[in-house]
Amino acid sequence: MTMDNALERRPNPDDLNDRGLSETQDERVSYLRAGHTLRSWLLTTDHKRIAILYLISVTLFFFIGGAAAALVRADLLTPQADLLTNEGYNRAFTLHGVIMVWFFLIPSIPNTFGNFLIPLMIGARDLAFPRLNLLSWYIYMLGGLFTVFVLIAGGVDTGWTFYTPLSSMFSNGHVVMVAVAVFVVGFSSILTGLNFIVTVHKLRAPGMSWGRLRLFVWAHYATSLILVLATPVLSVTLALVAAERLFGLGIFDPKLGGDPLLFQHLFWFYSHPAVYIMVLPALGVVSELVAASARKPVFGYRFIAGSSIAIAIIGFLVWGHHMFVAGQSMYASAVFSFLSLAVAVPSGIKVYNWTATLYKGHIELDPPFFFAASFIGLFVVGGLTGLVLAMLAVDVHLHDTYFVVAHFHYIMVGGTVSAYFGALHFWWPKMSGRIYPRIWGRLAAIFIFLGFNLTFFPQFILGYLGMPRRYHVYDPSFQVLHVLSSAGASILGVAYLMPFTYLFWSMRYGAPAGPNPWDVRGLEWTVPSPPPKHNFEEIPVVTGPPYDYPLEREGDQGEAGDAAEGNAAEGNAGSRA
Amino acid sequence: MENLAGWASEASAHAASVDRLMLAFTLMMVALSVPVFVLMAVFAVKYRRGRTANRAHPVNRNVWLEVSWAIVPFLLTVVFFVWATKLFADLYDPPADAIAIDVVAKQWMWKFQHPGGQREINELHVPAGEPVKLTMASEDVIHSLYIPALRLKQDVVPGRYTSMWFTADRPGTYKLTCAEFCGVDHSVMGGSFIVMTPAAYERWLGQSQVDDTLAAAGAVLFRERGCSGCHGPGATVHAPPLTGLYGRPVPLEGGGVVTADDQYIRDSILLPQSQIAAGYPHIMPTFQNVLSEEEVLQLVAYIKSLRSGSPEGMRQ
Repeated sequence: MTMDNALERRPNPDDLNDRGLSETQDERVSYLRAGHTLRSWLLTTDHKRIAILYLISVTLFFFIGGAAAALVRADLLTPQADLLTNEGYNRAFTLHGVIMVWFFLIPSIPNTFGNFLIPLMIGARDLAFPRLNLLSWYIYMLGGLFTVFVLIAGGVDTGWTFYTPLSSMFSNGHVVMVAVAVFVVGFSSILTGLNFIVTVHKLRAPGMSWGRLRLFVWAHYATSLILVLATPVLSVTLALVAAERLFGLGIFDPKLGGDPLLFQHLFWFYSHPAVYIMVLPALGVVSELVAASARKPVFGYRFIAGSSIAIAIIGFLVWGHHMFVAGQSMYASAVFSFLSLAVAVPSGIKVYNWTATLYKGHIELDPPFFFAASFIGLFVVGGLTGLVLAMLAVDVHLHDTYFVVAHFHYIMVGGTVSAYFGALHFWWPKMSGRIYPRIWGRLAAIFIFLGFNLTFFPQFILGYLGMPRRYHVYDPSFQVLHVLSSAGASILGVAYLMPFTYLFWSMRYGAPAGPNPWDVRGLEWTVPSPPPKHNFEEIPVVTGPPYDYPLEREGDQGEAGDAAEGNAAEGNAGSRA
Repeated sequence: MENLAGWASEASAHAASVDRLMLAFTLMMVALSVPVFVLMAVFAVKYRRGRTANRAHPVNRNVWLEVSWAIVPFLLTVVFFVWATKLFADLYDPPADAIAIDVVAKQWMWKFQHPGGQREINELHVPAGEPVKLTMASEDVIHSLYIPALRLKQDVVPGRYTSMWFTADRPGTYKLTCAEFCGVDHSVMGGSFIVMTPAAYERWLGQSQVDDTLAAAGAVLFRERGCSGCHGPGATVHAPPLTGLYGRPVPLEGGGVVTADDQYIRDSILLPQSQIAAGYPHIMPTFQNVLSEEEVLQLVAYIKSLRSGSPEGMRQ
């Protein structure tokens, strides 16, 4: 008994003899300690452990893709072809795109944080199909190994978009092998999407009605719909590219009677919704971070939840905006342009509602708030420049220039990656059971924000001046802007590495987090950190809405829970006097 | 930064219109987004946890407010949608008297043919103040002709003709590049777009080595490749007459009517079985892999020149 009490005390951070082996009572029974063998991890069906497997592998691919990006940015320091050959450069940016899109961005938030949190947030002990969940990770790794093999074998030079007939008839790279990798990893997406949909439908705790779901869960539900409906189209398209390349079947190559634009229609029918696969979970994360930072109910819960579904639906109807100069009909372009403006409406609602959520909140300037705020800033810039590209006459100028590159990096990197790091900083104490130094989290968020803007803002200017994308050799008059961008990328690279030092440090030397270190609401904060293997001792019964933070009303005299809120309420009373 | 003039300057009225649209839209973006950034910063300071502030009656929904901040920005963007779509529609409406220049793209060069038969590679000379229409074909993969100073680009897609028209009005030398990733040397597939005064353009045309006009070169091909054996005036085979064909509606076998435009003529030469003129036997062989894209463009120019009332065509 005394032994247990001793272990429950905080490990002394200064005691270097404490090799992190001391553990709290909660940690002893947590999912992390439920089996110590490699086998217990590789054959686990626990959604939390699978989330950790994904966290490790997704982060690994993020750094492989990042290394390719570093190569590209280093090469672009000079206008000539010096570091890489033209072909080497093409292979580097193709690899960057393929790995970042399919092996990082798409699985990043759903397969790590979605996997870890959805059962906890809806009051379930696991996902609906735990074995399918593990299978999905193995399929992901199989696709990843194919990609690593292609990397070792010399790569592929078509760009991540695989436009035909370049990819099917002309390219010398390992196109079929990469198509197989992406085809395989697609099944991982489909299985995860199915699992989430069934889980949200069938495993909600008693009282957890649809109107009480967390916005994170709503966003993942919308994402899962897209995963299940859009991914098969990509799989079919890549199979057709492989068939044309291997067997000479005339599908996309006009010399064989095919149509190259058919490929673009099929590819973007998947790949535009895929943009929302990447960004919807991030929007869900930010809704959580904003509400938690403000410690206040989300403003306009229904509008935010509904806007996720609206984005998922309208997102299927805008693929043609990638083809305004490809030779599609003028009328088709006009319709796609209009629908692309329409899809901005639900995104706008989210941003304005987040801002309104902060109004009259109790905002703690913790790392999650810094990441959420930088997400909102970068997402707004990325979204509005997306509207620029939806304007037909402007897109004729900007299509396939650096303006597009800057735009989608603001959404994908400024948006999704910021949210990924925000989620990591917010839920890290829950996942690991330990607290990291907040000051380092704030610094990392600030450096990521600054490095990001220095990298990508100059690219908007490059694009408007007419610099085409995927250019290895460029006009010397663009060099100043490219050097700025590469300088920013080096800051960004270092900033992305920062969290790994203090997060690993916290696993050994951080203070135990306790169930609710941020003092926020939500079912996942009612269980110990790290959660026990089966999440809940007893399945909770939900009786109230999500985000049920106490609200000050006129006449309240500091009934709110903690001292800070009490002070605020008293101040409020004072200001009325 | 002076070198940027070849990229960023406005070489046409259309370029100036696009820049005006972009400027106005940028102002609207600032108006829509700056309040968000300012309010977030203000709230983060004013409502910081533990800080005294009036937090009475926070609202957690307000449908009218939410609808208004969904609808008002949307209506604003619809104004810009109309503006941008109008400018875009103009790009599909070339004047009838535009100078017709043919473009053939291949890995990794641009080839241009002027109506008088003048040819150039990676350079395009055009007269200022006169509309020019480019008809573009690709011999291999998708390319995209991009002239930033005109704020224009158009993909060049194998298997079909695409077109682009403009009136450049400021003489000067500008950049011309490929914007669609097309393989190893994509980034060096470019050159110059040279706008000249009409007099200088005439001089330039006169200096260039010319064998034949496009249509005359097409007429030679028409005989050499055996087209005239069936489509010529003395042919015994029942084949559609080509005189006055261009621009006319053609009834197709199995119903339907197409207009005999450049694309139709190209398809009839390369994919003759895809659209068969009503009342004719299926005997036309394909000329795919026989004729280059440039030769097909010459034949199209020849057939276009066969106007009604000149049954022998333009025998020059």
